Amino acid sequence: MSATAIAVRPPVWRRVIGFNMLTGLALGISGWFLGGWIGGQMAVGHDYLLGTDQNDVGIFMGYLFAIIGWLVGLGFANYPIGRLLGRSPTLREHETAGWTRYFKMCTDHKVVGIQYLFGVGIFFFIGGLNAMLMRTELLRPVERPWPAGQYLTLVSLHGTMMIMMTSAFILGPFGNYFVPLMIGARRMAFPRIEALTFWLVPAAGLILMSAIAFGGIATGWTGYSPLADEGRAGMDAYVTAFILIAISLTLVGLNLLVTILTMRAPGLTWTRLPIFVWGVLATSVLMVLAAPVLVATMTMVLMDRAANTSFFLASAGGSQYLYQNLFWFFGHPEVYILALPGFGIVLEILPVFARKPLWGYRLAVAGMLGVTLLSFMVWQHHLFVSGMNAGLRPFYMLTTELISIPTGFIFLNAIGTLWRARIRFTVPMLFALAFFFNFLIGGLSGVFLSDVPSDVTTHGSYFVMAHFHYTIMGGLVFAFFGAVYYWLPKMLGVTLNETLAKIHFWMMFVFFNLTFFPLFAAGFLDMPRRVSTYAPHLQVLNDFVSASAFMLGFSMLIFIANLVWSLVFARVPALANPWASRGLEWQLPTPVPTENFERIPVITSGPYEYGVAGAPPVADFTPAALPAAGS
Amino acid sequence: MTEIVSGRIPRHGRRIIGIWLVLTAVAVPLIVLVLGPHLPPGRMTAEAASQRDANVLMTALLVPIALLVVVCFVYSFAVFRQRGEVILDGPPLKGHAGAQLFWIVLTSLIVLALAVWGSYTLIAGSHGAGGGQGPDPVAKPNGYQHALPVQVIGQQWEWTFRYPTYGGLETRDLAIPNHVLVAFHVTSIDVTHSFWAYELGVKADAVPGVDNVAYVHAHKTGFFQIRCAELCGLWHGHMAKKGRVLSSSAFQAWIAAAKTKNAAVMAYLPKYNRVYFPAPLRRAG
Ligand code: HEM
Ligand SMILES: [Cu+2]
Ligand SMILES: [Cu+2]
Repeated sequence: MSATAIAVRPPVWRRVIGFNMLTGLALGISGWFLGGWIGGQMAVGHDYLLGTDQNDVGIFMGYLFAIIGWLVGLGFANYPIGRLLGRSPTLREHETAGWTRYFKMCTDHKVVGIQYLFGVGIFFFIGGLNAMLMRTELLRPVERPWPAGQYLTLVSLHGTMMIMMTSAFILGPFGNYFVPLMIGARRMAFPRIEALTFWLVPAAGLILMSAIAFGGIATGWTGYSPLADEGRAGMDAYVTAFILIAISLTLVGLNLLVTILTMRAPGLTWTRLPIFVWGVLATSVLMVLAAPVLVATMTMVLMDRAANTSFFLASAGGSQYLYQNLFWFFGHPEVYILALPGFGIVLEILPVFARKPLWGYRLAVAGMLGVTLLSFMVWQHHLFVSGMNAGLRPFYMLTTELISIPTGFIFLNAIGTLWRARIRFTVPMLFALAFFFNFLIGGLSGVFLSDVPSDVTTHGSYFVMAHFHYTIMGGLVFAFFGAVYYWLPKMLGVTLNETLAKIHFWMMFVFFNLTFFPLFAAGFLDMPRRVSTYAPHLQVLNDFVSASAFMLGFSMLIFIANLVWSLVFARVPALANPWASRGLEWQLPTPVPTENFERIPVITSGPYEYGVAGAPPVADFTPAALPAAGS
Repeated sequence: MTEIVSGRIPRHGRRIIGIWLVLTAVAVPLIVLVLGPHLPPGRMTAEAASQRDANVLMTALLVPIALLVVVCFVYSFAVFRQRGEVILDGPPLKGHAGAQLFWIVLTSLIVLALAVWGSYTLIAGSHGAGGGQGPDPVAKPNGYQHALPVQVIGQQWEWTFRYPTYGGLETRDLAIPNHVLVAFHVTSIDVTHSFWAYELGVKADAVPGVDNVAYVHAHKTGFFQIRCAELCGLWHGHMAKKGRVLSSSAFQAWIAAAKTKNAAVMAYLPKYNRVYFPAPLRRAG
């Protein structure tokens, strides 16, 4: 409809100057200095400055104005201001084509998906580099080569960066890109909010990294007060970044939730919904309910640090239990925000390469919804030895163990789907199957932690560290790579090199397990988390782990090499449907047209009817009767 | 075609169960007899023994579950594999109500049994299993009124110990008597720490303004390792020292020696208290 508008390409300078990332950065940095100055004026003369050698008010105001500058520079103020000036509402999404649109606010869900893929991927890579530096430190049981404070900052940056970025690891790139395609919609429910959710991510990442310049972060990713109140200005960066990410996650969840609830194509009944979309739906519910709690919690820390309140300070009547409860009330659902999208991905991939319907579809849905519900009832298992509410421990032990029932459903789905199947071991399938192996170990080790007598041994030790790496890295990250290899041909229109992909898979799988399995033993052998010094007799074990970790890191370089090679040099165009999948998204041409569907399709059958005699194609793309509006 | 295939189903099932039974029959005795004695935290105290038992039982129960899943997967990879480039559809099985029900019932039973057993060992079997129970413990061992109280004070970055029954004596190293019920009262005067006495099987958060109680009953004399299990800042990893379980007579001698050694300092200490008012916060360098 508006295709003619793009016909004239603007000159190059016009594409660099304007509302884009560069302008955002420039305004953001100016905002930082302006805000710092304003904050300085506000704080001067207040006695809170006596207890500290730094001005948290100035730093927070600096971040606030930097964020405002960043968003204005990207053009997020244009629309509201335009409306105030009486301009007519438009979605100016077709304004630019070409690569520059990836550096701008763009309301096309496919562009946002790719922005997420690379944006989050870069931060994931930085988090991984931190891990390499940490494993370098742990080669020796003494503080060398990095001093204790630097190691602690590395742990905190790695943990926080990973948690922040992997929360949107699947919903960001694949949720945004594929949910509309899979439900037969032309866009997301709130395209402008969708653009906002992405552009908050780099802001949060950069602000988090700015902690390095302000004394680092001493608390790990959990930010327990009162240690957080004691920390230097780097904590302000942690607080601000987490607030931004939590806002972004809330909005991502809300947007996807509304999209899935209201914008499904005609005929897409709940039992025909792809299982990945169910996973996204369940995750969105968690995000909408849990992430705002984090915003509130972090705001309280902010107040404690900058406005002299004492929510969490025992010395002035507060309680650190309040912090721990608020944090884990967010934190445990967060763990499932990391797990559920993985379930969705692997169950989506399995039927395609087993060439069989998803076995026990309803059970899978029930499993995901069951996990969603239960995940709000378990958070005090992080406080088993904290001295709070010891009488409630059996209750939380029970609820925590109950979660393994719906999680077990997912395993039964997999076993059933593979049963008498015609399995093809393509790269996405390998990653999906590895997910089950890793998540099995991660999940069963969680049962140890849920049993209080066992947890007394393992709480706060490397056992916990191994457990959550098995679920997050072994689970979510493997599912992520499964999704990358499965969907990238559709997203980027190129085929990835299969040999390199298989090398990547095998190295990643082998060295992942060699890195993290021994760490269960380290925990059993009395090694606490978050230490740069450990018992000398554990050095052999740690050296082995570090060596495997470096190889694990190297496997990521193979992936990057493959990506660059396939994207820049080889450029083998991808087929429209290389996996012969029945998924609706695969029935579209590659590259996907801007409007996705010429007409809203009518869904005529489920996506997993492999081998079902007489099953109709998944959708009718040229329905005779025009569907009702709603796109 | 379907006839032949369905005729083969039971064989698959029986083979999988067979392989699994063999593996389990090998693995479980190995776990109990070979791995078990090495599982933490040992048997120095009644509480540690209960954790050891929990760890052994849990491993012996969970490894067969893991084996079952792995055998199902690997068997499918080997037998249901499609070789070559052709893409053929498998049989359109969409579910099996009986199998699903069986799985749900089975996992539910395992989980409920685990939870009941865990609660029993926690409360009745091991009196809190050495974990911190807060100011008024729910799981109290027999004769808890006569337990020897030992206060553990966490601060950045050192543990100190006070013995209220010996005049509030404060020491930098920890000793407890053998065969005597000890009640650790763990607290902190700055940030949150976690008192972890590995071989004793004790872990209790040290929280400012809170008296967190954990019971322990030692059976054996010897050394145990003390660490901090909650990140507390820069030198968190250095809050480690050795403690000792001493025979009663040796313990009395140790107390007497500690009293004379610390006599000069005692005058400057605050009076013994269940909690201490935490120092007002200062930004650490
Ligand atoms: C190459 C892969 C990785 C290696 C070698 C690695 C290594 C480490 C190490 C050494 C620690 C510090 C443990 C401690 O002292 O407590 C750690 C902590 C952590 N890691 Fe990783 N990691 C890797 C990947 C990941 C991934 C993919 C994620 C999440 C998506 C992740 C999330 C975390 C978190 C949340 C922490 C806790 C930080 C804290 O204690 O506050 N890691 N990792
Ligand atoms: Cu949790
Ligand atoms: Cu400590």
